[in-house]
Amino acid sequence: MELSKLAEQIPPSGIRAFFDLVLGMKDVISLGVGEPDFVTPWNVREAAIYSLEEGYTSYTSNKGMFELRQDISRFLKHRHGLEYDPENEILVTVGVSEAFDLALRALINPRDMVLIPEPSYVSYGSLVMLCGGTPVSIRTLPANGFKISGREINAHSGKRPKALILNDPNNPTGAAYRKEELKDIAKAVEKHNLIMISDEIYSELTYDFDHTPFPCLPRMKERTIYLNGFSKSYAMTGWRIGYACGPKKIMDLMTKIHQYTIMCAPITAQMAAREALKNGERSVQEMRREYRRRREFVIAGLNDIGLSCHKPEGAFYAFPSIRRTGLSSLDFSRQLLKKEKVAVVPGTAFGPAGEGHIRISYASSLDNLKEAISRMKRFLRGKCSSN
Amino acid sequence: MNEILEILEKDARATPEDIAKMLKMTPQAVKKEIKRREKEGIILKYKTILNKELIHEEQGGVRALIEVRVTPKKDLGFDYLAERIYQFPEVTSCYLISGTYDLLVVVEGKNLHTVASFVAEKLSPMENVRGTSTHFILKKYKEDGDILRQPKKDKRQAISL
Ligand SMILES: Cc1ncc(COP(=O)(O)O)c(C=O)c1O
Repeated sequence: MELSKLAEQIPPSGIRAFFDLVLGMKDVISLGVGEPDFVTPWNVREAAIYSLEEGYTSYTSNKGMFELRQDISRFLKHRHGLEYDPENEILVTVGVSEAFDLALRALINPRDMVLIPEPSYVSYGSLVMLCGGTPVSIRTLPANGFKISGREINAHSGKRPKALILNDPNNPTGAAYRKEELKDIAKAVEKHNLIMISDEIYSELTYDFDHTPFPCLPRMKERTIYLNGFSKSYAMTGWRIGYACGPKKIMDLMTKIHQYTIMCAPITAQMAAREALKNGERSVQEMRREYRRRREFVIAGLNDIGLSCHKPEGAFYAFPSIRRTGLSSLDFSRQLLKKEKVAVVPGTAFGPAGEGHIRISYASSLDNLKEAISRMKRFLRGKCSSN
Repeated sequence: MNEILEILEKDARATPEDIAKMLKMTPQAVKKEIKRREKEGIILKYKTILNKELIHEEQGGVRALIEVRVTPKKDLGFDYLAERIYQFPEVTSCYLISGTYDLLVVVEGKNLHTVASFVAEKLSPMENVRGTSTHFILKKYKEDGDILRQPKKDKRQAISL
């Protein structure tokens, strides 16, 4: 049977075998989880339950309930001074995952080049390929805090790329961009006439400075597809709800694809999202404070045991170097799992640029973090004496 | 609230070393701050929260909320009477409240009988106590912010990207 060549060409997530190893093991302390350890705040869950009791079980408008789009519009205006028209410029999606896929499908023609800073969130490259596009990675370095600048964009402009994907704050590195750094990127984006796909799903989780949405920069709104959602900020990963904002022309195309493939995001999740936007700020603040403390704790702990780590400024990941062990990141992760039952994600899961690093998620209780770090310390001691 | 206090209120066993890491301070500075708070009486003591419903061998401990109406004492107000009441070891909490009665007293005893006799013999006869109304607690769900049951297991997949 001949199946889709394109689908077959997509690299299988090389990490699958390692994941199966983790999932098949009992009593593992996992620092490999890419989602909050909090459950969705009760007021949000309660609002969803109430909506079910009231019989809200139908489809909604393709773009999402108008009230929710209005709430999103108000939230963005109030929080960031960002203005999007709920009628034409906002689309409610099944997570940022769907929004991201729609953005690519609305933009990409076969062989279009898309710049992706690496290490990067796993789906980006594969989804570009599924659209027939060509991902072009821009390697980022620990010395630059795993960030790109206008210079790297200029250096990759020879291939006449069409779009740039920026994930700020970043999964897996925790890198977050300051306004000045974004301005520098914006200049290059304008110079090379790029479209920006800005995945800002961790925007509520920055710890050292206020997050600047990319479309807030001068002249960037008209060339940016802004993606955000509820998964990380409100601990709502399982609800599958997010949104895209952008110029009407692009949003119309995205809506067209969305209405054929999805129809609309689940109404219960939309109801929950409304409550999150209206009354979620307190919970977000509490979670942010908690993550910030854990971040300090984890970074201090990692540096103590000799795994040097730049300071992540956002999300809930640390991305320390494991080079001094002489192991590849996959071997390090496998051995750590077998010897000490601690699960981390090998940096190479996020592209070759992640070699020599591991991703540690601090979306885990302080007790777990403490225990995991002491096990890693013991593991490293074993490594040094046997080498 | 001060962040050290916030951390300790959630986990009295957090060590100065751990707190120092979380707040980017030195352990010495954290210790000093804790000492200061203890001296000021802001940190009163460190306790363990028990879910007594699960302690079977000591079965039958009962708790009652007692509304107490009093006549405040001249010059001394409610504080005088409150103090006479809260000194009893049976009293686990005592509040002055607004509304139709004055003091809310929480009393703990071995069984219904001990609580009843405390009310009849100690509380009601007190000078200035005008009346009481006793409510026995049938089941505890949540106390001082803590839900009285084992935290639910982590439902997430052990690894995800
Ligand atoms: C960078 C990034 N983008 C998108 C997603 C997916 O988000 P959603 O749950 O909204 O689909 C994730 C989830 O891990 C992520 O880390």
